[in-house]
Order: sequence, then C-alpha cells, then structure tokens
Amino acid sequence: MARASRTPPGQGVDLEIHAPTVERILTGFIAGESRRVGLGRVVVGLSGGLDSAVAASLAARALGSRAVTAVLMPWRGSSPASVKHALLVAGRLGIHHERIDITPMVEPWVERYPEAGRVRHGNRMARERMSILFDRSAEHRALVLGTSNKTELLLGYGTIFGDMASAINPIGDLYKTQLRQLAAHLGIPSSIIRKPPSADLWEGQTDEAEVGAPYDVIDRILHLLFDEWLREDEVAAAGFDPALVARLRRRVSETQFKRRPPLIAKLSMRTVGADFRYPRDWGT
Amino acid sequence: MKLALAQMAPRLGDTTANLRTHRDLIRKARRQGASLVIFPELSLTGYRLQDLVRDVAEPVGRGKRMRALASASKECAVIAGFVEEGPGQEAFNAAALFRAGKLGHLHRKVYLPTYGMFDEGRFFDAGSTFRTFEAPWGRTGILICEDFWHLSAAWLLALQGMDLLVVISASPVKGMKATRNPSSLAIWEDLGRVVARHHTCWVAYVNRVGFEDGWAFQGGSYLCSPEGRVTASAGFLDEKLVIATMDPAVLRRARIRSPILRDEKADLAGRELARILGSGR
Repeated sequence: MARASRTPPGQGVDLEIHAPTVERILTGFIAGESRRVGLGRVVVGLSGGLDSAVAASLAARALGSRAVTAVLMPWRGSSPASVKHALLVAGRLGIHHERIDITPMVEPWVERYPEAGRVRHGNRMARERMSILFDRSAEHRALVLGTSNKTELLLGYGTIFGDMASAINPIGDLYKTQLRQLAAHLGIPSSIIRKPPSADLWEGQTDEAEVGAPYDVIDRILHLLFDEWLREDEVAAAGFDPALVARLRRRVSETQFKRRPPLIAKLSMRTVGADFRYPRDWGT
Repeated sequence: MKLALAQMAPRLGDTTANLRTHRDLIRKARRQGASLVIFPELSLTGYRLQDLVRDVAEPVGRGKRMRALASASKECAVIAGFVEEGPGQEAFNAAALFRAGKLGHLHRKVYLPTYGMFDEGRFFDAGSTFRTFEAPWGRTGILICEDFWHLSAAWLLALQGMDLLVVISASPVKGMKATRNPSSLAIWEDLGRVVARHHTCWVAYVNRVGFEDGWAFQGGSYLCSPEGRVTASAGFLDEKLVIATMDPAVLRRARIRSPILRDEKADLAGRELARILGSGR
C-alpha cells in the first residue's frame, strides 16, 4: 500500500509501557497471590524463550531466588540453543533448576499414533510439560507460574490444558512487544530478547511465520481491535492490511473456547460457571 | 486538626482479620494525634466479594463488627467501609462514621459501577441520598468511589455547607502507559483538585491497596486543600498510614479568595433541573 510505505502502519499506536511500574505491579501480584494461598513458592517451565525468562525473573524478584524452581523440559528435537538459554537464565537468576527430558514420555505415544501430525505432537508435548509442572508444584508446595502472553492468549496460539494452564499468570496482559520492553528492563540477555520467538515444537518453527505477520504488527492490530474497540475497517484505515485484520479477528473469536473454562449444562438454581459467583481468591 | 489516611489492604471476606487491622491502625493514628482515621471502601470485607456479599453483610446498628468499630471510635473517630444488610434484605456498599463510641452517619453508595471490569450493580442495592453531618472538624460528606465520578454528588454535598469531603474507594490499576503512574491513578488526583478548588472544601481520598483475583488496587490516597493543592499523599501500591493536617485558615482564605459557593445559584439550578426533568429537555 502506498500510504503504508510513507508512514509505518498504525503509527501513533502506543504500546509503550513504564517497565519499572509494571515490574512493581507484577512482583506484587506474584507475591500477593502466591502467599495468600499459604505457599509463597512457584515453579515455572523455562523454555529458553523470552516469556518464561521474564516470568521467572519477576518471580525471583518477588519471592527471592530460593522460592523459584525452574523446570527445563526439552525433548530430543528441541533446539540446543533453547536449553542453553534456559540454563543461562536460571544461572543468572540464581534459581534452582530441574531438567526433565520428556522424550521417554512422549515417544511411546508417537509410536502408538505415527500418523499424528506435528500439531498433535506439539499439543501432546505441551500437555506432558503441563503434567510435569503440576506434579513438581505439588512436591515443592508451589504454584505453577503461567507464561502465556496477551498476544498468544488472544490468538489462541497455545495448547489448551497445556502451556495455557497455570495457577497464576503475571504476563498474560502484556503483548509480546511489551514483554520485550519489560525483558530489557529486567536485564534478560539480549540474545534471548532478539531471537525469533518460537514454540520450538519442530525444527525451524517460528511464531511469526506460523501466524503470518510480525509481532509488532499483530500486537498493534489486536490493541486497536480489542483495547481501543475499533471496527475492522477503522483498523485497516490506520494502515494495516485489511485481510490480515480480518484473519486475526476471526482467529480470536474461533479460539475463545481456549480462554474459558468448559461449558456446563445448566439445570439447577445455582450452577458452577453460571450463577455460582465467588472470587477465585475465596477463602484465602 | 489531624486526620489519618489508612491506605490498607483488606483481606477478602475475612472480617475478623480486617477488624483487627482497623483496631491497630486506629490505635496508631490516635497515638500520632489524629482525630479521625479514614479507611477505604469495603475496608472491613474486601472488594471482589461477588456472592460473598451475603456472607459478610451486617446490619449497621446491631452487627457484631459494627459494634466493635463503634467502640473503637471512643477517642478517635473512624470512617470505614462495609456491606450493610438493610432492613429488607438489601445489601448496600456502605460507609459510616463512628464517633465517641457511636454510629454518627451512614452513606450508602449511590452509583454502583456495572461496566468493564466492575459488576457492583449485580451484587449491591443502590443508596439514594447525599447528606452531610456536623463534626468537630467541620461539616462533612462521604462519597464512595464511583459516587465521586458523578460531579453532581459532590455538588449536592457542597450546597449543604461541606468543609470536608471524604471519598473512599477500591480503585484498581487500569490502563498501562509509558508514564510512571497508570492513567487510572492520575484521574483521581485531577478529580480531587478540581472538586476541592471549585467547591472550596478539603478532599480526603483514601484508596485501598493489595491484590484480589489478579487486580492490583492502586492506592494513591491524598488530602487535597481547598486551594487545590495535594498536601499529603500515601503513594502508589503500598500500605501506608499517613497523618495529614487540615488548617482552618486555609479553608477561610480559599473561600474569601474564591467565593464560588457564596455565589452559587442553587435555586436557579433547581428550577432548570425541574424543567429539564419535566419536559425531557
């Protein structure tokens, strides 16, 4: 588009955050929500990527490094850089880490279902990791710290009951581009901030190739659609590809089920999920 | 006259623990010379109660915790927030002044925010009055959170000769920006400055802190002078007990310099309002 080439699309869309303030709120959130249930400890799956590095770093600042356990869960196909970066983060934060190779758990399933494509394989691994994290959380008497960001949550770019599962998620209201700002403030190594985001489920996979646009474009479109309540044509008029805007919007609506607990058929006067309304922090 | 802004973090649904905190802070405030200590909205119960509203509600005259607050007010007056069980099984988001061991004034929140992240209209009954009361430190009015966002509420109190407006709230962080404070915090200070200066009264704003269900309550409690200057503040996010001073000379000077209240044409406003309401514009 001619106009887009003169001015960057969505110029003036402000996703800048004040990182020290965000850090204060999120460390307060982690400390408050984990201590109120009487634990004050967390376990976090450390992938070597940016999101889990930020979550782990916030937790170490909130609770102290001794209260954080990082779990590295590579499989035989994981990129060697992922493990290297995860170890780098754990080392810098001075947090205890456990390394559990998930290949022996996942391989029998691969043999049983050789026809499963890479998406099913990815989901199976994400759920294996979830299963390990919740087990480790029980042993360490700790909460599972979520590492899904707002971009992923809105696009449904994650595995339901897999990497999307957690007890508390400090970063779920920050877009990927905002997480990069926070990561820089927290001193996450630039090699981790700069590398292309990837779920690392198969070789060469990157988020941006899968979703079909760079994060700085995706985030600004999502921000305009959902934080600013703009209609699709208004977002397109801000300089974004109308087809991309429509595709992202559809993707958000089609993945709504991933962001909500399961539906329950209503029968009684008071039904869980409908009119049995208590705070999650009830009794804490 | 000294008053205390008790920027505290109530525990959700735990009225026993919260009552203990109230008593501690009242004692501390009194020791520092305060004649009045102000707690935030729903300070006795926590904010995101939802269906717990029914578990924590108490009738204002007879409730056990209400009586405990009254008896804690013998040497230092107290304004606190709680869920009031009304005579017809209503549940009001309420605030009361307790003084000299007794209930002195009750305000039931009129404007219940039910939009965006808020859902109060589902769980609470709405109050229907804005009244002031006489106190040793001057004529006082109480508003709860969203009440303050409706400018007519403070105006109606000002017309009753209000010297001190007490606003209590449970206002969460909302709207991240590149600036140090989120946009949600600046609004409260802007509002306080304008109302204090234009109604020439003190505004004591007390907001809570702490976390409930992922919401960060932002604090930012302050005392604003009738000249529109914030003279004491409790800061963002942390628990803090701030002792602030109200100097009667400041109120006097403000009213001499800008006699807005003296010149207010309430009768004209009343006639116009009757016309607007009667004719549908």
